[in-house]
Amino acid sequence: MSKISRRRFLAASVAGGAAITLAPTKKALAATFEGYSEGMGVLVDLTRCVGCRSCEAACNKEQKLPTPDLPFDDPAVFDQTFHGGTQKRRTTEKAYTVVNRYEPKDGSQPVYRKIQCNHCNEPACLTSCFVNAYTKTREGAVVYNSKVCVGCRNCMVACPFNVPAYSYSSAFNPMIKKCIFCHETRLKQGLPPACVAGCPQEALTFGHRNSLIKIARERMRHQPGRYIDHIYGEKEVGGTAWIYLSAVPFEEVGFDTTLQKEPILSNVKDFLSTVPMVLAIWPALFSGFHLLAKHKENHAGDDHQNIDEEAHK
Amino acid sequence: MKQFLVKGWRPVDAEAKEGQETLTLWNKLWLGLTFRQYLSQAVRNPFNWVIAIIFAIGIPLVLYRFVFGLGAVTHSSNDYPWGLFLSFGLFAMVPLSASGFMLGTAVEIFGRHDFEPVERLAMLNGLLGYFFAVVFLLVDLGQPWRLPYPMAVAFGPAAVLFLVGWHVATYLTVQVAEVSVSFFEWMNWPVCKKFIRRITIGLTVSGIILSTLHQGALGALFTYAPGKLHPLWYSASFQWLHFLVSAIPGGLCMVIVVSTIVKKTMAWRCDERFMANLDRLTIALAKGASMGLITYLVIKLIGVAHDNEWIYLSTGWGSWYLFEMGIGVVLPLILFARGIRYNKVGLIRFTALLTVFGVVLNRLNTALIAFNWKLYQDIPHWKEITISITLFTLYIVTYRFILYRLPILFEWKTQPAEAPEAVRAKTVCPTQSNPSPAGAVYRSRD
Repeated sequence: MSKISRRRFLAASVAGGAAITLAPTKKALAATFEGYSEGMGVLVDLTRCVGCRSCEAACNKEQKLPTPDLPFDDPAVFDQTFHGGTQKRRTTEKAYTVVNRYEPKDGSQPVYRKIQCNHCNEPACLTSCFVNAYTKTREGAVVYNSKVCVGCRNCMVACPFNVPAYSYSSAFNPMIKKCIFCHETRLKQGLPPACVAGCPQEALTFGHRNSLIKIARERMRHQPGRYIDHIYGEKEVGGTAWIYLSAVPFEEVGFDTTLQKEPILSNVKDFLSTVPMVLAIWPALFSGFHLLAKHKENHAGDDHQNIDEEAHK
Repeated sequence: MKQFLVKGWRPVDAEAKEGQETLTLWNKLWLGLTFRQYLSQAVRNPFNWVIAIIFAIGIPLVLYRFVFGLGAVTHSSNDYPWGLFLSFGLFAMVPLSASGFMLGTAVEIFGRHDFEPVERLAMLNGLLGYFFAVVFLLVDLGQPWRLPYPMAVAFGPAAVLFLVGWHVATYLTVQVAEVSVSFFEWMNWPVCKKFIRRITIGLTVSGIILSTLHQGALGALFTYAPGKLHPLWYSASFQWLHFLVSAIPGGLCMVIVVSTIVKKTMAWRCDERFMANLDRLTIALAKGASMGLITYLVIKLIGVAHDNEWIYLSTGWGSWYLFEMGIGVVLPLILFARGIRYNKVGLIRFTALLTVFGVVLNRLNTALIAFNWKLYQDIPHWKEITISITLFTLYIVTYRFILYRLPILFEWKTQPAEAPEAVRAKTVCPTQSNPSPAGAVYRSRD
């Protein structure tokens, strides 16, 4: 048996312990963050949208995205489906917002729904990023820093709305591409994002998120029966800056209505909070096991009788 | 190799052959053969030709990926950000590499020195599994040259992946140190070896901590995607425990599988101690794996009960889930019980392979197959599959290269003059309760 002296054992333990403490402390975030009070948002009223795709065109111009295959006034895009007809269009590296058409079950007029980043109050992309590439700005936008992004794409896995896209075609500088609320060019100056400015139907309303929720409630009260009784995005995954009103059930127009009300981060907190406990308890626990096992070995050959005799001496 | 063995050649297993001068590094590198002889046996081995064909197709594809980007070789998409590289290379390889910390704990912490004949194999298995998980990761990352960023440039300490990154990096370092003992023996650097032996306990305990956390963290990564992963594979409260606990039979069974392959294909490299103890240790490892499996089965059922997901069991996904649990957990439990009861080592070896398959299937299901169950099924691109096979082959080649040379499957015979009794005692470690010399068949203490 290797004889490890007490001093050596302690030295080794300290060395091991030091190696652990060199790792930065991992701590769970505090209670749910409900967004900056001055954060801006957009209220999308699905009953007002006519599917003109002016928002798509405005976004394309503002964000200097490549010209799409089909022009913005071509309604043929609404008939496009992907993956065996199961999927409608989604946000990509070339389009940060898309409008899809849905046929409600009751056979009424088609409903158009705009998709873009919802700019969550406590974004899953941000909390899952191990290089902190995402920032929730005071203005309410979730912006992304491609300079530090490693390309793990955990944010895409985490996003409950499947919004972030990745430029897979780039070999040397691929990055996440998603709506940033026109943060640099417009939002910072207090201007609404390009899509809102380009909407001819006032389907999109820009304002403080807190007042938008009040406006949404007003509309529901003033026109009873026009909307279903739900503001999508008010509570979903901790609340989003972009909120929605609809006349038809949200699940019929492509929204995921099974989402939890708590931020995605709350699912991860359980695990994150065990981390410091393991770091703190395991060293003594397993060093203790070692000492216990060693003790047994050192007295190997002794039986209980001998120990009893020693005790009686 | 057989031809040389017939002629009386024995692979290098000591610093110097008896009555001869010390071997040079060049001699040791070719196992005591001349380079020409070594090359001739390599060319005669048909397995090497298979490897050559895989590399001839796969390595150009790897280069192609780095020149033309991920989009050119994978079906990774905006909906499926993680494809085969991560689901197989990272999520499936890491639990199979839990062997290092398991055996390290058994031997160093609990003093079960009767496991020593397979301890080094388990440690090497752990190290290489992790190392190649990182290789797979490097191929998958958009900007792999930025891998050190979470360590040095930008920190996201509240992210689970941040933990995974730090823990895999530190644990790789720990494992390199643990395996380096064999390397130092091979290089004849006793001072370095002595230093590592001194910090063994510290290394082993840090190994346990880091393994607990990041095996679990890989599971916790999926708690970011509650709506995307099928409820039967998702558990907000227990996901990390499911991953940690299944890694225990995964790691132990991987040792059984690898030691079986080694015994069949590399018997010339194994010493008497390894060969004589292997059957007994296989049964002992199977006992450990069974305990891990039964615990895993129970906590998986608790997971289903906790979230009240019984209704899903009657769906198509439920059948697939029951298949995974049946073939990878329940059947192995039954077969292990028979194998242990009737000392059927062959059955245990087969069951270990089944368990490894079960763990791999679980990780593939979690990361790829049952992921996005509400959207559509992603089928990996053929180039993605080929690159994965290539990287796995590279893993096998590296594994074999090290097993051929370093004292993993055999003990390095130190010269009496250079090796004081103390050093020898450390490697052999006969204990008072188990005074039988190395090479003898130990009997289980209980």
